[in-house]
Amino acid sequence: MKLLVAVKRVIDYNVKPRIKPDGSGVDLANVKMSMNPFDEIAVEEAVRLKEAGKAEEIVAVSIGPAKAQETLRTALAMGADRAILIQTDEDVEPLGVAKLLAKVAADENPDMVVLGKQAIDDDSNATGQMLAALLDWGQGTFASKVEPQDGAVSVTREIDGGLETVKLQLPAVVTTDLRLNEPRYASLPNIMKAKKKPLDVKTPDDYGVDITRRLTITNVAPPPTREAGEKLESVDALVAKLKELGVA
Amino acid sequence: MKTLVLVEHDGAAIKDATLSTVTAAAKLGEVHLLVVGKDVGAVAEAAAKIAGVGKVHVADAAHLEHQLAEDVAPIIVDQMGHHDAFLAPATTTGKNVAPRVAAKLDVAQVSDIIAVDGADTFKRPIYAGNAIATVQSSDAKKVITVRGTAFDKAAAEGGSAEIEAIDAGSASAKSSFVSAELSDGDRPELTSAGVIVSGGRAFGSNEQFHALLDPLADKLGAAVGASRAAVDAGYAPNDYQVGQTGKIVAPEVYIAIGISGAIQHLAGMKDSKVIVAINKDEEAPIFQVADHGLVGDLFQIVPELTEKL
Repeated sequence: MKLLVAVKRVIDYNVKPRIKPDGSGVDLANVKMSMNPFDEIAVEEAVRLKEAGKAEEIVAVSIGPAKAQETLRTALAMGADRAILIQTDEDVEPLGVAKLLAKVAADENPDMVVLGKQAIDDDSNATGQMLAALLDWGQGTFASKVEPQDGAVSVTREIDGGLETVKLQLPAVVTTDLRLNEPRYASLPNIMKAKKKPLDVKTPDDYGVDITRRLTITNVAPPPTREAGEKLESVDALVAKLKELGVA
Repeated sequence: MKTLVLVEHDGAAIKDATLSTVTAAAKLGEVHLLVVGKDVGAVAEAAAKIAGVGKVHVADAAHLEHQLAEDVAPIIVDQMGHHDAFLAPATTTGKNVAPRVAAKLDVAQVSDIIAVDGADTFKRPIYAGNAIATVQSSDAKKVITVRGTAFDKAAAEGGSAEIEAIDAGSASAKSSFVSAELSDGDRPELTSAGVIVSGGRAFGSNEQFHALLDPLADKLGAAVGASRAAVDAGYAPNDYQVGQTGKIVAPEVYIAIGISGAIQHLAGMKDSKVIVAINKDEEAPIFQVADHGLVGDLFQIVPELTEKL
């Protein structure tokens, strides 16, 4: 089985984003960037499938600026075999990303594309589903368990009320949720080895995909702030407060 | 503008998120509903009573019982021939199917909106709610998911919409339902609960976490959540996690107990209407966002609180 994993370079999840004073967006200059945590889980799952002898090759893809090469090197250090960067300084929205990934999938013929359920910057939660639609493949979103079996894959999904298991014919798209696995830290020898793994750099034009945005971000503002409230003196005061709120 | 709203249901009852989505859709224009499932006559009748609804389209067939995205998306795409906007609640059902519809229509989805500013302009949280983006869509048709907690619920009674059966299509060979394991109905789900009690690493062990929090949650009819630290320490399962990488919640009342208030936790709960914090460290960042704070030892406070409620 051949696996394609998609990874995005985003602001590290421990960093509080700073909003530009002119409201044009979030300031990315001199901010620690990392692999989107859900994509890290996707890479880890692919590597585990390979280690279990269920996959032979893992190709990692990223769409983003030149520095997204670092994100791909992380994927290679975790265990991906080779990487493709589709380089652009544009802020490509999920529909454009899905179109580019569909082209890569057409070139690479993977049995499964694995990617995070959402990127923690724009929080769209759309790319995987869009990719499945464009390829006309089945989709297993919000996966907490992935088990390939004879031309199919069983995917257990985190849904609002609990879990749901679906069986998808391969090829298929899987998007990862938190419980799927705990990603490894790349070891130093693997980081060194990753530097020698092949990394192709392409552009959206190479794939003939128009990445013009359909959604214009006209303003980015901080959310309404919360004021610190009062300190209560006793449990009795808290009980009274909860009764006042109508919850007790 | 003619809008189509996907009705979220469990085969018997309509979920509240649908009613909030109807409110958002009504800001755009005429509201039509779409009910998809198996033996959903009663759901369709309930949908027709929602105030302000013009028409209810029903796709009722055996293969639609589990509402797989591969089967539902083509039905919606078909309906979008005569609707201008499709809106789904931003639940796991809506989030699963809406982008599939958007891509088939070659439309950029507007995810998880919290406000409708105009026919093509919406507000949505990005960076887990640390910023609010205003976005304008240039697509002729709109595909939108709606954050239920951001809109009032439309009245469930008062309407008398016409019900129309539509073509249910056929089952896709690409995907099939195997099984579902739904959590027992004793406690509300985190994402739709009115009250949440949430615990942090201060509980010290899995046993104490449950021994202290479960009775309190039962008294309040609350869902139980946890910080990432508590989940990482193994005190609570991962699906309890509230935060940027876990669940985003906005209940009426959120009670954070023994949670210091790391950025990534605050991102998941700071839209709660009222936040109550219990922590022994009066300098804990959680108190900066809490409406009501109580400084003290949770091992004394929680049992006392449970008893007095």
